[in-house]
Amino acid sequence: MMNNAVTLSKAETANNIPLIELKDIYKIYHMGDTDVHALDGVSMKIFKGEFVAIVGQSGSGKSTCMNIIGCLDVPSVGKYYLRGKDVSTMNDDEQAEIRNKELGFIFQQYNLIPKINVQQNVELPLMYAGLSEREQAKRALASLDKVGLKSKAKNMPQQLSGGQQQRVSIARALAGDPSIILADEPTGALDSKTGKEVLQFLKQLHSEGNTIVLITHDNTIAAQAERVIRVQDGQIVYDGEPDISKFAQVAHAGDEDGDGA
Amino acid sequence: MTLKKSFQLALSNLMFDKMRSLLTMLGMIIGVGAVIILISLMSGMMGMMNDEFAKLGTDTVTVSVQDRGGSRSIDEDDIYKFAQDNPDMFRGVSPSVTIAGAFVKSGSNDITTNATGVSEEYINIKQLDVEQGRFLSYIDIEKKAKYCVIGTYIEREFFGQGRAMGQTLRINGKTFTVIGVLKEDDDSTSGSTDDVMYIPYTTAVTMSASKFISSYTLWTTSVDIVDTAIAKTKQFLENKIGDSDYYNVSSIKQIMDMANTMTGTMQTLLVCIAGISLLVSGIGIMNIMLVSVTERTREIGIRKSLGAKAKDIKTQFVIEAGTVSGVGGLIGIAVGSVLAVTFGRLLELNAVPSVGAILISFGISVGIGVIFGYLPAKNAANLNPIDALRHE
Repeated sequence: MMNNAVTLSKAETANNIPLIELKDIYKIYHMGDTDVHALDGVSMKIFKGEFVAIVGQSGSGKSTCMNIIGCLDVPSVGKYYLRGKDVSTMNDDEQAEIRNKELGFIFQQYNLIPKINVQQNVELPLMYAGLSEREQAKRALASLDKVGLKSKAKNMPQQLSGGQQQRVSIARALAGDPSIILADEPTGALDSKTGKEVLQFLKQLHSEGNTIVLITHDNTIAAQAERVIRVQDGQIVYDGEPDISKFAQVAHAGDEDGDGA
Repeated sequence: MTLKKSFQLALSNLMFDKMRSLLTMLGMIIGVGAVIILISLMSGMMGMMNDEFAKLGTDTVTVSVQDRGGSRSIDEDDIYKFAQDNPDMFRGVSPSVTIAGAFVKSGSNDITTNATGVSEEYINIKQLDVEQGRFLSYIDIEKKAKYCVIGTYIEREFFGQGRAMGQTLRINGKTFTVIGVLKEDDDSTSGSTDDVMYIPYTTAVTMSASKFISSYTLWTTSVDIVDTAIAKTKQFLENKIGDSDYYNVSSIKQIMDMANTMTGTMQTLLVCIAGISLLVSGIGIMNIMLVSVTERTREIGIRKSLGAKAKDIKTQFVIEAGTVSGVGGLIGIAVGSVLAVTFGRLLELNAVPSVGAILISFGISVGIGVIFGYLPAKNAANLNPIDALRHE
């Protein structure tokens, strides 16, 4: 916990208002007679410039957590402040605007639209932001250049390899210059070599000052981040340094608890 | 999302699966094509009918009167005076005295035909063309001259082409000199518009039993005032004769208007039937758009995750439906126009689709797409982003 405090104080000196602040978030699904607590009182603060990995096994609530951070879903109870603004009470259109302006998504399945070319895919968030076509093209190409795929701008997504497609989706996430990059299992569909490249690229983005939230089930990938939040049964069980022996132990203990219960 | 981008996207989606797009559009193509063909053919038919009526003189008013005797009687002087008193309405008058079943003889040939007694203005009223010689003149009328102007059927029957001028023929025993031959109007056969003989009405009256002129043709200044002219004439006759049983005022225009109303009603009916196929095509488009929304749920989720608002998604799908339908409409217009012109040629009609018909069909096809695309678009817009993203 001391490490956690150190991390926070380091970040707080950079900026007093957290970029992301979850306050006692619950997400409850009603499945017949029983209530499933996907998130069970989660609170966290993420500051600008951090590289945070949210790690947990499937069903732990990490995806729900990412959906809420990504404004793709709303909490049942609790408050979510993004840059000090209460996002949890916003309507659909306002949330869409937040997603557009503040968030850049990188998905496991890349989620490129197959019918339009690479450049048009990267232009999408810019288009929804209402930029002029010229500006869209300029920024999209700059963003593709950053991931080294400017030459593939006119290709269709399926003409690219998995790693390249993931880089296009990174370019798309970067194009709108978001405050937070949310990466949901970005290496899940890639072989280990390309997976490493993508991770390396995320690290590089972080070193350039981007705030990155990485969601993964893989401890070794989580260990690449500078801060790890471990989620289990809808609760945060570890928040601190990516010292693999420490958070993995917690994880192990949690598993046993879960099995025992 | 700009309209231009939505439109481009809609077009590229249209091209993505050409077979499906074509099948989706087929209903629209047939519907719009049918509407265009029907409207064109009907208006071609109306045009032909109007031309035929125009030959009969749509800007004339025909007055029929019966002899009531005494001061209630009416003669050509009354009619001439009435026409001259209303120069803004009438520009010419011709009494019309028909000698029906006139026995016409020249040399050893003889035929039975109708001879009509008319005034010198008749040539203008009926817009006759004189090929050789001249038409009857005022002097001929005044002098009750025994002159006649004949159609090409009479000319060829008795004298041969171009040899009638100055020749004589006998009508019911009276000798007439041919002073003019009309231009061939039809095919120079018996009973056609070339089977005519015009003589001065004054002469015709002397040959008729009653000596009473029972028919007049009044030439109005314009087709548009025919109805007012009829009313005015009726009023005049009512004042003079005092009993509507003794006179009748009519016009080809009235008959033409009636015929046009009838064909118009028929056209509306046929277009309505074709319109049903447009409706059906709209339902087809709605169906395929609903399928498309389901198929593209993931795409919608991706777009939403990138910041597309409900309105953006709705617009995209509405424009897509409108585009499919509009392109179908354009193809329908092209196919319909070609077929209309082809059928028109076969039926010898001038069936060319009007700009109005084309614009309206295009508008309707786009409109149907937008209306029937709205429900699927709304479904797409209301998808929850996270469910849509998870959709396989």
